Amino acid sequence: METLDRAIIEATQAGLPLTPRPYATVAEQVGSDEATVMARMQAMQESGIIRRIGAVPNHYVLGFRGNGMSVWEVPEDRIQACGERVGALDFVSHAYHRPKHPPLWNYNLFAMVHGRDREEVMQKVEKIATLLGDDDLGHEVLFSSRILKKTGLRLPGGKP
Amino acid sequence: MTAIAARNYPAMTGALEPELSNLEKRLLNEYQKGFPLTRTPYAEIAQQLGTSEALVLEVLNKLKDQGYISRVGPVFKPRKVGVSTLAAMSVPDDRLHQIASIISSYPEVNHNYEREHQFNLWFVVTARDEAHLREVLQDMEMRTGLPIMDLPLEQQFHIDLGFPLWC
Repeated sequence: METLDRAIIEATQAGLPLTPRPYATVAEQVGSDEATVMARMQAMQESGIIRRIGAVPNHYVLGFRGNGMSVWEVPEDRIQACGERVGALDFVSHAYHRPKHPPLWNYNLFAMVHGRDREEVMQKVEKIATLLGDDDLGHEVLFSSRILKKTGLRLPGGKP
Repeated sequence: MTAIAARNYPAMTGALEPELSNLEKRLLNEYQKGFPLTRTPYAEIAQQLGTSEALVLEVLNKLKDQGYISRVGPVFKPRKVGVSTLAAMSVPDDRLHQIASIISSYPEVNHNYEREHQFNLWFVVTARDEAHLREVLQDMEMRTGLPIMDLPLEQQFHIDLGFPLWC
């Protein structure tokens, strides 16, 4: 990774300044100019290093306290199709294929479902069940009762 | 596009949901991605929403101060510098606090959740390589005396691009 890109990541990972010319402020911090910073951020967005730029909501504070981790057993040969269909739902923030550990754990598809409360999460989980149809060989929803630790991205060598 | 009043609190349902103005909601809902890469992005947003740059900045500052947003800025793809796994443990209730403290104390753990299930402790372990990851998991099992279920990511189906808070 280019030195400048790394410096831009370090300067922006805690957020852009809430001032009229945020990229000019970042440019000052990294010893570059406004146009270059914008161009590098555009390039990092195109290459996928930056997924998106925008407001990052704190769902818990906003009242989204459901936070259900839905886990699904689907046929191994259907995991691709099922994962893509579930991942495309706008209320699913993450969808993953993970290994089974039978007999204690037979679920191979994980989908994080967010809602204001458990009822809303369960309604969304029912939509997933309907979508999967016969591929749903069993599912559960694991609600989080406590967040014990949560830290964001830290670049090695960046500010703690 | 109609102008938006700064303080227009609609009646909200749900006791835990904060009361937010229309402008606050639109900033939260419509700007999780696509923040302008232009010299004056907040002025551009203000124009799109039919309000002023000063008010957009004021409201974003307020949303940040109150913790409704953690920041306005880029969300980076998790770096593929090391290896990570999702791990789960089945912890007896009376030991949960103690075990959770041990797990959270590892710098390799960045997420640790208590969940209501037989597997009641869920955490993500990130290490520089597979050998280091195995070492950390083994150390955890030794210190807690409990087995860890290791659920590494095999495939991701969806890149998180934010999601609608209000439909």
